[in-house]
Amino acid sequence: MAIIIDTKSVILVQGITGKQGNFHTSQMLAYGARVAAGVSPGKGGQEVHGVPVFDTVAQAMEQYPITASIIFIPAPGVKDAAFEAMSAGIKTLVIITEHVPLHDELDIMAYAEKHQVTIIGPNTFGIISPGQSKMGIMPNSIYTPGPVGVVARSGTLSYEIANNLTLSGLGQSTVVGLGGDRVVGLSFTEVLAKFEQDPTTKVVVLVGEIGGNAEEEASLYIKEMTKPVVAFLAGSSAPPGKRMGHAGAIIERGKGTFQSKVAALTLAGAKVAALPWEVAELVREALGE
Amino acid sequence: MKLYEYMGKDIFRREGIPVPRGQAFFNSAGVADFAASLPAIVVKSQVLAGGRGKAGGIKFPASATETEVAAQELLATVIRDLPVHAVLVEEKLKIDREYYVAITVDGGKRKPLVIASAQGGVDIEEVAEEHIVKFHVDVHAGIQPHFGREVARRMGLPAAESKQFSELLVKMYNLFRKYDAELVEINPLVLSSGKLIAADAKLTIDDEAAFRYPEWLPSVEERTERELKAAAIGISFVELDGEIGVMANGAGITMATLDIINHFGGSPRNFMDAGGGAGTEATAKALEILLSTKPKTIVVNIFGGITRCDDVARAFAQVKETIGIPVPLVIRLVGTNEEAGVEILRQQGMSAYRSIDEAVAKAVELAAKEAV
Repeated sequence: MAIIIDTKSVILVQGITGKQGNFHTSQMLAYGARVAAGVSPGKGGQEVHGVPVFDTVAQAMEQYPITASIIFIPAPGVKDAAFEAMSAGIKTLVIITEHVPLHDELDIMAYAEKHQVTIIGPNTFGIISPGQSKMGIMPNSIYTPGPVGVVARSGTLSYEIANNLTLSGLGQSTVVGLGGDRVVGLSFTEVLAKFEQDPTTKVVVLVGEIGGNAEEEASLYIKEMTKPVVAFLAGSSAPPGKRMGHAGAIIERGKGTFQSKVAALTLAGAKVAALPWEVAELVREALGE
Repeated sequence: MKLYEYMGKDIFRREGIPVPRGQAFFNSAGVADFAASLPAIVVKSQVLAGGRGKAGGIKFPASATETEVAAQELLATVIRDLPVHAVLVEEKLKIDREYYVAITVDGGKRKPLVIASAQGGVDIEEVAEEHIVKFHVDVHAGIQPHFGREVARRMGLPAAESKQFSELLVKMYNLFRKYDAELVEINPLVLSSGKLIAADAKLTIDDEAAFRYPEWLPSVEERTERELKAAAIGISFVELDGEIGVMANGAGITMATLDIINHFGGSPRNFMDAGGGAGTEATAKALEILLSTKPKTIVVNIFGGITRCDDVARAFAQVKETIGIPVPLVIRLVGTNEEAGVEILRQQGMSAYRSIDEAVAKAVELAAKEAV
């Protein structure tokens, strides 16, 4: 078992003929993910790494029982691509693209909520259920199957932590990247709830950062969880008022600070690691090993 | 991108939101003539800093001649480190009541959020929660007049003002959507002789939507020259005041790298998120920007996902061969195409660490040596 994607996921790649779409299709195939088809308007009939390319999502869906789509389309075209996938009936969408306009994100999320579509991203590294399937841009080599669910706002930092877990002999059930934008699909709380229900997952690692109040909101749910949660947060040394990359990574008026997040998570019963390489040890303790 | 008040008010006017009579001036020519046409006058310096009134950035001259002098004075001032390039000369309103109204985005709920209060004119953070009305907006329904009437009722506005307020809120919301705004804020919204007028205008446009407004190139800047240079190549860069130059890929890992530098007793000179998928050219330019800040040492932390280690290594090799790298460069390089990347570095006589703690500890040690 895993959450959101597994061996049964049949994957579509939107923007498969672009540089990133092409490269990461090869990586997903190498990982064993079932990439069935790609879409690239005007390029129908071509093949990318042996995957057939169609002009529209509906056309691809006539040929394959697609369950999920991953979007590599440049930012101005993401809204169109997401609506194309959703209106064709796809219920799981991973949007890798960064720099998607905020109002396009609002439109996509409103439609997804009404039609029960699960959206991961935008501006995410994607999702991987180690040994089963992968929809994303993360390196293939750093994961191994196991009992640890990982949910992160930030991509590279999650690689760091997943890699440490793997090197410590702690495999992962599923690793989910929420995305770094102000408006994204899945929230910490929604992913935590899925891990709580997933029989494979025994402990959850939450990788957060300063800014916004997503970690504080998640704390409310962590209090209710039966499974232990270990957290790491980036930004303990960030000066207030400076915007640090992600739309989320900004501290304003004492809200969303490192201290407020650590306090909320600790109060909810989560163990907060001070440094990234301490996560594995805390996970081991939580597993009772 | 935050717009100056006069730009925001131009847009308000275009979209039918009432604003005071006014005009922006970049020097004092014509100020007196314009001021002579106003019954009462206010001159407001155009800066993007909060609290400009308290900082002396707003004046109430009594005559057209005084207005010209006030404009000259304000145009020569610096408010909270920001030079004043423009002043807005406006009709001073008779104020009967002051309200607050804003539309922004609630990331947690993934919806626009209307925030309103009958207690305007002050920082909304200082208004007690029970006096603030908050309503989320379904983007498919938008804001219809009934929505505005309900907000007005909850604010406790008298029935006579409800219709005006609701019309204004509809226009504000349409503007918010039309211009890809992150924030539209009117504080205060003034009741003046029975009419609601936007006495101030705060408008922030989503940078990611800039491609939809090619005619509005960012004319408003609060960043340093290096920060702008970095932005031009798609890299987010913030200058800090420590000793160790930092480059990493991803905002989270970059922040964690700064945290780890602090943990080992060092101090970062900057935040540089080279982003996902930065190619050789962008990475080389990013390294050049870092070198221009003259750090004691540089630590690079790359965990390649969409970023390929060989592209990064090629960039370092290129900079080393062309302009040279005069300070110690400590590289941590793992992930996609790692072997190829490490091989390129090796050919250049450089090496890479595999773990972040070793790399940062080494960089802090080298920076401390340089300091002696």
